[in-house]
Amino acid sequence: MNKLRLTEERIAQLTDKARLFRIDVLKSVHQVQSGHPGGSLSMTEILTVLYLEKLHINVNDPTDRDVDHVVLSKGHGSPMLYRLLAEVGYFPKEELMNLRHINALLQGHPTNHIPGVDMPSGPLGSAFGAAQGLALAQRLDGLDRRTYAILGDGEINEGAVWEVAMSASKFKLDNLIAILDYNKVQLDGTNDEIMPLGDVPEKWRQFGWNVIECDGHDIVDVNRALDEAIAAKGKPNMIVAHTVKGKGVSYMEGKAAWHGKAIPDDLMKVAMDELGGEM
Amino acid sequence: MPKALREIYGEVLRDVGRENKDIVVLDADLSGSTKSAIFGKEFPERFFNMGIAEANMVSTAAGLAAGGKIPFVNTFTVFLTTIGLIATRGLVCYGNLNVKFGGAYGGVSAAYDGASHHALEDIANMRALPNMLVICTCDENSTRQATEFAVKHNGPVYLRLSRETFPDLYQAGESAFEFGKAKIVRDGTDCTIMGCGIMVHHALQAADILAGKGISARVVDMSTIKPIDRDMIERCIVETGAIVSAEEHNIIGGLGSAIAEAMATMDVHAPMEFVGTEDTFTESGKYADLLKKYKLDPETIAAKAEKAVSRKK
Ligand SMILES: Cc1ncc(C[n+]2csc(CCOP(=O)(O)OP(=O)(O)O)c2C)c(N)n1
Repeated sequence: MNKLRLTEERIAQLTDKARLFRIDVLKSVHQVQSGHPGGSLSMTEILTVLYLEKLHINVNDPTDRDVDHVVLSKGHGSPMLYRLLAEVGYFPKEELMNLRHINALLQGHPTNHIPGVDMPSGPLGSAFGAAQGLALAQRLDGLDRRTYAILGDGEINEGAVWEVAMSASKFKLDNLIAILDYNKVQLDGTNDEIMPLGDVPEKWRQFGWNVIECDGHDIVDVNRALDEAIAAKGKPNMIVAHTVKGKGVSYMEGKAAWHGKAIPDDLMKVAMDELGGEM
Repeated sequence: MPKALREIYGEVLRDVGRENKDIVVLDADLSGSTKSAIFGKEFPERFFNMGIAEANMVSTAAGLAAGGKIPFVNTFTVFLTTIGLIATRGLVCYGNLNVKFGGAYGGVSAAYDGASHHALEDIANMRALPNMLVICTCDENSTRQATEFAVKHNGPVYLRLSRETFPDLYQAGESAFEFGKAKIVRDGTDCTIMGCGIMVHHALQAADILAGKGISARVVDMSTIKPIDRDMIERCIVETGAIVSAEEHNIIGGLGSAIAEAMATMDVHAPMEFVGTEDTFTESGKYADLLKKYKLDPETIAAKAEKAVSRKK
């Protein structure tokens, strides 16, 4: 855990890493013509700061209990999760170019056969409760560790999410840190078109959570929000990260159509040009 | 050009929706994928996008049915038949309510999405519910006619569909689906392969392989899985003396189980082999590669048929 302010140099470094992660993730979904670019790009900075600044993990010993856990409850964002897992050393980043291939390691949605993945996910809404379970286990073991759960805004349509909203509050589970990738777009359309969410931060507050809002694409602000959540006591934490679906690629930004669409070669070229990558 | 089963289903919903104003359609933020959006575009006032909330969707459909409507619920079937299951059992089936289940993306057809999105237990889940009918068709015309049947039948119906395009088997105008009746689509004398969905086509290819080995295989399209066509099973036992079931589903609880349950209570018996996933989770990959790796291919059907024939007394 690093509570120090990020130096200008580190901010520049993380910013550039986020750019490179976007490039690698787009390449991984482009090579297989399948996967979810929109919701991977929107949580780039969230996962970058989480994995590279905050997490206490043990890459060499999966049985070590004295670690932080991450549950990617919006499992379709797996390509970006995998890129970060490769960055911290769970497997070579070249594996991303075999994403979704038969007989390969990296599945369309996370599973715990993959090094660094603590919980399978894919059925939206279900894995959030598992994050609560991991956090309870950490507390029972008396560990000063946290469990992070990353949710999509469409995902919180699921009733199961609101069951956790109540129970984690009942259990005063302050080592549970949920992060909502609030990009305002789901699959068939925007939240407003498909399922209006109302005042999201206020809803979580009313459920008894410590709610922190941030700009989910600003490294410094994401860092601040995580620090506040880590320091807070007595309530479960919900970081509402305001993001843009498809962030970083002009034609994808804010568009439901790029939720899970294959990227044709010509548009891949445009994306690489915008991000400063090579085909 | 054959169309994907989901596309055909979406078009039929729209067509029947034009004739019957009581038809309402619900989806759980996948209407572009399930093709229920084809109905939604023409009848926005009778289309309800429930968001990613399958339990709410099925419960709401139960209420719509109790209010006299004919609701069709749609989403990836792996979520429909799990998250949606409590309302399906406790409300729709217990209440014998007139709800229709469109199971998009049956089997491993959500291929690249991986095991979390493959539906290989859905037939077992739905088949075990009293009052539920279970149908799994194999081409455009049978899907069209089965969907039309679902509208006419008063009570719960599960239509197991696919993301994929299947070849045509039945001609337009031909009777491609008769509720409760299996169809012999190729005759043979040494064994019978009873399949549903894509596996009917694989069974036909297997019959070709078997013909090359001097084995004459009958192929039967078992599009109605529940209630199962007992008469056809009995006839095939008597006439061919060996049975192979073939389904894009776990061998536990699906079509093969339904056939074996029926045979067990008959006076005639035959050696039987099961083709399906063998009680395992799958993985991501190209659809065709997955069918091969998980032994849902013509070669496996042919090998199991040879085995069944060799077990004849
Ligand atoms: C239970 C369940 N229902 C449906 C789906 C299919 N699905 C995958 S992603 C998605 C939309 C998710 O939207 P959101 O949570 O906002 O994700 P993001 O925009 O961050 O990618 C849907 C409907 C699923 N994976 N699980």
